[in-house]
Amino acid sequence: MAARTLVQKIWDAHIVAEFGDGLDLLHIDRHLIHDLSGPASLGKLAERGLPVRSPELTFAMPDHTVSTAVGRTDADTRAGRMLVPALRERTHAEGIRLFDLDDPEQGIVHVVGPELGLTLPGVTVVCGDSHTCTHGGLGALGWGIGSSDLTHVLATQTIVQRRPKQMRVICSGRLGTGVEPKDLVLHLIGEHGADGAAGFAVEYAGSAIDSMPVEGRMTLCNLAIEFGAKIGIVAPDDATFDYVAGRRYAPAGALWELALASWRELASDADAAFDREIEIDAAAVSPQITWGTSPAHTMALDGEIPDPESAQVPAARLARSKALGHMGLNAGDRLLGVPVQHVFIGSCANSRISDLQTAAQIVRGRRVAQGVRAWVVPGSQAVRREAEELGLDRVFTAAGFQWREPGCSMCLGVNEELVPPGERCVATSNRNFVGRQGPGARTHLAGVATAAAAAIAGRIADPRQLAREPADG
Amino acid sequence: MDSFTSVQGAAIPLQVPDIDTDVITPIKRVMEGAEAITQYAFEPLRYTPDGALNPDCPLNQDAYRDAPILLAGANFACGSSRETAVWAIRALGIRCIIAPSFGDIFFDSCFENGLLPIALAQADVDALAAHAGAGEFRVDLERRQITSPTGETVPFTVNPVQREALLSGRDSIERTLGREDEIADFQQRDRELRPWVYELAHV
Ligand code: SF4
Repeated sequence: MAARTLVQKIWDAHIVAEFGDGLDLLHIDRHLIHDLSGPASLGKLAERGLPVRSPELTFAMPDHTVSTAVGRTDADTRAGRMLVPALRERTHAEGIRLFDLDDPEQGIVHVVGPELGLTLPGVTVVCGDSHTCTHGGLGALGWGIGSSDLTHVLATQTIVQRRPKQMRVICSGRLGTGVEPKDLVLHLIGEHGADGAAGFAVEYAGSAIDSMPVEGRMTLCNLAIEFGAKIGIVAPDDATFDYVAGRRYAPAGALWELALASWRELASDADAAFDREIEIDAAAVSPQITWGTSPAHTMALDGEIPDPESAQVPAARLARSKALGHMGLNAGDRLLGVPVQHVFIGSCANSRISDLQTAAQIVRGRRVAQGVRAWVVPGSQAVRREAEELGLDRVFTAAGFQWREPGCSMCLGVNEELVPPGERCVATSNRNFVGRQGPGARTHLAGVATAAAAAIAGRIADPRQLAREPADG
Repeated sequence: MDSFTSVQGAAIPLQVPDIDTDVITPIKRVMEGAEAITQYAFEPLRYTPDGALNPDCPLNQDAYRDAPILLAGANFACGSSRETAVWAIRALGIRCIIAPSFGDIFFDSCFENGLLPIALAQADVDALAAHAGAGEFRVDLERRQITSPTGETVPFTVNPVQREALLSGRDSIERTLGREDEIADFQQRDRELRPWVYELAHV
C-alpha cells in the first residue's frame, strides 16, 4: 500500500462508502453533544420521527450556557434556562449518557472527553463545536460540525466529508523555559495567518512535540481551527498511552493490549507525502500575546504592535487598523504596562491541571492587583478536584482570584459572564473576535503564565520578570 | 432544502479578510432567536456602536439591496461552527458566496442549506469586485461558470457530489439513511477489528 499520513490512515479506517472526488461517508466513533448546539438538532431529529442511530456512542454535557458561579443551577442564565432542561429531556428520551450539571464528571466537552477516556487514539470524534480539533492531542481525528451535520450524525452515526489536504508542521528544538504550547501555536498563526491551514488537516510533529506533555498537545491542537484547519493532530506515543491508561472508559485488560497494538501503527509513514510542510524552531519562540481581533494579530509579549501598513494584502491593512481602533491601541505601542481590568484563566484551550499548576506558580504568595477581576475556571470537575487536592484553589483564592465551577465561562458571551464594553481582558481562551467576550470587550489572548502575571501586576506583564522577583508567601 | 441551479443579480463587495462567524451572528443575537439573527447579521459591520445602521457598509447600501451574491474576503466565516451564520446569510437573500477561502465548517454547511460557496483566487475575486455595482452577475451551477456584468466568464470548480446535492435540493440525511445496510456492515466488521471502540467500560 502507498505511504500514508496519520490522518489518511485514520480516515481510511472509517470509510463506510466512497462517493468519489475525495468525498466519503465516514463512521463516527464518538459524538459529543453540548447544551448550545445539541438540543436543536436532537429536536430536529425528533420532528422527523427519526431515532438516534447509536446512542451508546453519543455523550452529552452542559458547558457553554451554564453559570460557573459556585452554587449555580441551570436556571442562573437565560440561555441555560432554555437549553439545559432541553438537553436533559432529549438525551434522556434517546438513552444518551448525560454528564449533567451536578455530575462529578461535568465539564467542558473537550476537557472531559479525553479525561474520561472517551477520546482514544485513532477514533473519529465530532461535536457541534469548532474546537473538537482539541482531541487530536491524543491522536484522535476530531473536528467540529454545523447543526445539519450534527443531525446527520445523530441519525446515521456517519458523516459525509471531503478528504482534507495534508499539512505537517515540524516543530524542531524545544520550547524554552516559561514558554507554553499556547505561545507556540499563537506564534505559528501570527506567522502564517488565520487561514494559513484552511482546507488542510494539520499534523504537528518534531522534537518539540515529542517532548511536549499530552495536555500541551491538546492546547496546540485546540487552536488548529484558529489556524484555519478543521483538524489538528499529533501521532500518539508512549506519553499518550500513559495518559489514556486507566481512564474510566478506556479499554482495559485484554482489550487494552489489543488497542495498544493497533495504536502503535498510528503514525505517518516515513515517506508519506504532505501537500504542505512548515518548519518552526520552537526554541526561538517567546511568550506571545494578541493585540487585535484575529488570532493572527499576535506579537511577542515584549515587542511592539506592528504597523498595519506592514500587511501584504490591502484589505488586511484595513482590517488591522480597524482592529487597533477596537482595541484602543496604536501601532508601535508596547503592550507591556497596558492596564487590564479582567483576567480569565480557563476554556478548552487552557484549563487543565497542568495549566492551573503553571498559573499557581506565578500567583503563589502574591496578590491580584486592585481593580482587576481575576477568575480561574477549571475545565472540569475532575480538574477542580485534583487542583483542590493539590491546594491550588487556596493559592488562587488567597491571592484574590475567584475559584469557579467548570464551564466555558468568559470564553464565549452566552452565559452572562462577560467583559463590559471598552474593558480589557487577558484571556487564556482561543478567540479574540469582536464581541466574543461581550459587545465592545477588548480581549488579549495569551498563555497561562502571562494571564496570571497580568492579574498580579494589574497590567500586561512579563511572567519571566515576575518569576525572578520574590513573592511574600 | 431549496435546490440551486443559477442566480442572477447584484454582487455585494465585502472584501474584509477573516470575517468570523461571531461577527456574522453574534452569540447574543443567536440567543434572541431567528428574527434577531437576521436583523443583526454582521452586526459589528452593519451597525455603528450606537445601534444605527452604518451607511458605509455595502450590506446596507441601496445598490446591493436583495443582492443574491456576496464577494467576500479570505477566510470568510472562519471560527465557530454555528450554522446560524449560514442561515443569516440566506435570510439576507444571498444564495452564493465567492471568496478566496472559507472557514471549512461553514463551507460544508452551505451545501446543506441551498447556499453555494465558491473559492476563487484572490485576483479573480478582486476582478469581479471591480464590477460590483455595475450591473448583474450570473452564477450558473450547471455550467460551473460566473458571468460578470461585462460578459466575461470565470469558471469554478465544485465537488460533484455537493453540486448534485444543491441541484437536486435533496437532503443528505435522506440519502445516507438509504445506506443503513452499509453502515451496519461497517460497524459489524469494525467491531471485530476495534472492539474497544464499541465496548466501553462503565457506561
Ligand atoms: S471553552 Fe470556549 S472554545 Fe472551548 S468549547 Fe467552550 S466556548 Fe468553545
